[in-house]
Amino acid sequence: MKAIARLALVVCLCAVVSQASAPTPQPVNQGEELARVEGLMGRYGGHIVIGQRSEPKTLNPVTATDAVSREVFERLHADLIAINRATQKTEPALAKSWKMSPDGRTFTLKLRKGIRFSDGHPFDADDVVFSFTLYLDEAVGAPQRDLLLIDGKPLTITKVDQYTVRFSLPRPYAAAERLFDSFAILPRHILEKPYREGKFVQTWPLNTPPTEVVGLGPFRVKQYWPGQRILLERNPYYWKADRENHRLPYLDELVFLFVGSEDAQVMRFEAGETDLINRLSSENYALLSKEQSARRSQLADLGPSLEYNFLVFNLNDLSGKKLDGISRKQAWFQDLKFRQAVSAAVDRDSIVKLVYGTRGTALWGNVGPGNKMWVNQSIPHPQRSLEGARQLLKSAGFTWDASGQLLDHTGQPVEFSIATSSSNAQRMKMATLLQDDLSHLGMQVHVVPLDFRAMIDRVFQSFDYEAAIMGLGGGDADPNPEMNVWLSSGGTHLWRMNETQPATAWEREIDQLMNEQMITLDYHKRKKLYDRVQQIISEQLPFIFLATPNILTGAKGEIGNFQPALLDHYTLWNADQLYLRNAESAGVR
Amino acid sequence: MRNKGRIRFLVLFMAGLHAVVLFAGFFAPYDAKDQDRDLPYAPPTRLHFKGASGLHLRPFAYAATADADGYREDRTQEYSLRFFVKGSSYSVLGIFQSDRHLFGVDSPARIMLLGADAFGRDEFSRLLFGGQISLAAGLLATLVTLATAAVIGTISGFYGGWIDESLMGVSELFLSLPWLYFLMGVRAFLPLHVSPVGTFLLLIGVIGLIGWARPARLVRGAVLSARTRNYVSAARGFGGSDLHILTRHILPETFGVLLTQAALLIPLYVAAEATLSFFGLGVSEPVPSWGNMLAALQHYSVLVSYGWLLAPAAALVVTSVIYGMLADALQPRGS
Repeated sequence: MKAIARLALVVCLCAVVSQASAPTPQPVNQGEELARVEGLMGRYGGHIVIGQRSEPKTLNPVTATDAVSREVFERLHADLIAINRATQKTEPALAKSWKMSPDGRTFTLKLRKGIRFSDGHPFDADDVVFSFTLYLDEAVGAPQRDLLLIDGKPLTITKVDQYTVRFSLPRPYAAAERLFDSFAILPRHILEKPYREGKFVQTWPLNTPPTEVVGLGPFRVKQYWPGQRILLERNPYYWKADRENHRLPYLDELVFLFVGSEDAQVMRFEAGETDLINRLSSENYALLSKEQSARRSQLADLGPSLEYNFLVFNLNDLSGKKLDGISRKQAWFQDLKFRQAVSAAVDRDSIVKLVYGTRGTALWGNVGPGNKMWVNQSIPHPQRSLEGARQLLKSAGFTWDASGQLLDHTGQPVEFSIATSSSNAQRMKMATLLQDDLSHLGMQVHVVPLDFRAMIDRVFQSFDYEAAIMGLGGGDADPNPEMNVWLSSGGTHLWRMNETQPATAWEREIDQLMNEQMITLDYHKRKKLYDRVQQIISEQLPFIFLATPNILTGAKGEIGNFQPALLDHYTLWNADQLYLRNAESAGVR
Repeated sequence: MRNKGRIRFLVLFMAGLHAVVLFAGFFAPYDAKDQDRDLPYAPPTRLHFKGASGLHLRPFAYAATADADGYREDRTQEYSLRFFVKGSSYSVLGIFQSDRHLFGVDSPARIMLLGADAFGRDEFSRLLFGGQISLAAGLLATLVTLATAAVIGTISGFYGGWIDESLMGVSELFLSLPWLYFLMGVRAFLPLHVSPVGTFLLLIGVIGLIGWARPARLVRGAVLSARTRNYVSAARGFGGSDLHILTRHILPETFGVLLTQAALLIPLYVAAEATLSFFGLGVSEPVPSWGNMLAALQHYSVLVSYGWLLAPAAALVVTSVIYGMLADALQPRGS
């Protein structure tokens, strides 16, 4: 009986495998201008399985905002100029070359000829113009739209000929070519109709019939099981080839399993059900390293990430809001010496040790050591000093009562709460450590775990919080994506939101410097400007920087060309080159 | 008679447990908030009798040092276990202060009978201090529940009529509430910034007020049967007032019901507190409770790597089982 059951199981598995046959790559045509990639020669065939924390929300790259959706649709689409995640430099993608005019205001891009979308339809300049029309249309509401505005004015795009497009910028824009990395080029022949009918925003939900989701990426959708997984198969027309002119990608299929949580991701990986983990916490990394299977998998510690975690005090203008309790405490928070004292009392080494299991780095500024191009090395890294902190508080008029409780100059006890997202275990731990650190100064700190959305609402909208631990950064190494945080008018200027005028002289200086670096084209001059920004931030402490985690990733040993990088997407950015060392060659080679 | 012996044993055991928790400051070698940042997730300290210089009568411990793959004992120096040592100061019920602890070892060694948590805090000390919150929450919430239940059940059973019907209608409503979700909802409405004491009192109030329905119905039943007894009619015939009859003749009848209910409710409420704290809705860091100590185990890596952090779960099980046995023993058996 058992044998029969086993046989039945084998038959079923065979059926699953045979059903999973993917299209063979199209032969390379003469007129096709394919991109050649370096890297190990791979083998065709096989599939890899990736566990996702939740189900993606959409396959529409223009309207999506969540990282999980991006993880999937970035495999379906391609951009004009890509940032190579390993080198952090730009490289040609759909544009085979580009030229900037001497005044830095026009970009002329030459597109690859003869390449096709995943349904076989040819690609040309009309698709590029159409895609940027979508991104710039306010009615579509693309979150990336802000990146295409310079001084509030949109860039313009014109078709020069069938394979040439020109972008005109209102004024010079540093590192403008990096901008193109996040903009997927979409098929006009599929999306123009819904766009004209005003239905574009609703297009490409997850349950779209696979033949209608068309792109230029290495994979295309094959099937979607709601609540379970989404299956991608090779795009047989993909425009990249390896050294020996074999069309990529090597893998037949990618499977995204919706597993539910980071712990579930780890358990599935441990059990061998998934092949790759994009981002691991240090605890899970340590756990996986201890396992027997560690020898058969490639666990990688890539060093400090570009994220920064920080404590921010609420310095918002609260007039007109019924938050008297908080505005009274703002007198302390606004005092630079108070913030300096808090910063001096923070035990950053313990954060690195206890929160990140030593797989992290202490931070004193917004740019960490992971960003070698832009970090200001001259920013001091003062040691923790409780004595120094007490001196600062004393000179700012604070006193202590007999029980050691810190009092302000009016005799009020210094007591405040630190809000943090309850779903982020690392930041919860930081808050508990800070609570203990600051208790040595006589400050009474309460840790308030909040639901992530409630937390965002308080910090961005209602301003009903006293201090919060948050994290930012991690997108690109360039300073431009950071504009949002440091410009006083920026949407993520967390400590003082919605400013019409810079509230302080140093914020005004940061505004000037950030705007200037954006139009400076020379790297060394830009670096100098951004160094000064970093210096002001580290002196004025709008954020009290804590630490950054290392990027920790893992993959099964048999995955070849696995090259995790510091930039998102850490592991799948070169999915087109990944291959299985033990793949059965499916007759292709 | 055998039953009486069993009750006595169980009550003594519970009294002992509560006394240890009440005097946590004395029995615990360290303060619950005391972090040793060099010893995160340190395993339980082992006590040795046999050292380099031969056998000792007095057990001793080694200092733990961290290395690449965990912790090892630094065997260069032995630290004897000592009794009635001076340590961090504590107070019992806010009445008297002391800094004497039952046992301890000299610094830099630490004695952590149940290992350490993520911040290098002694799990054993936290277990005892956490028990103060968890057990007190159970006891006080039970008191609140039973007081409410006694009042409502008595009024309902004694006066009957529309009072009875409306009160019992309300109790049915309460019985049908999915109380865990209700508690979570209530907690979410509370202000951001509640002090640990405030949270604790709120927790007791909320847990206590929600469970009154079932005991109130039982009390009502007892009152109903007592009301028709001959001696009640006699007292009434002699002109006894309602209050006199209630306190003198009827309430004593409900005593057995209340006692059994108490033994059932206390462990239930201890678990309720633990559940809420586990989900981050109870008392918050750094104050320990059995629930928020267990919250660390929500993470898979912690659960599979640091088994000693399950100690609060064991404490919860023991408490529940003993109270359950007590309730069983108190339950009047049919003749």
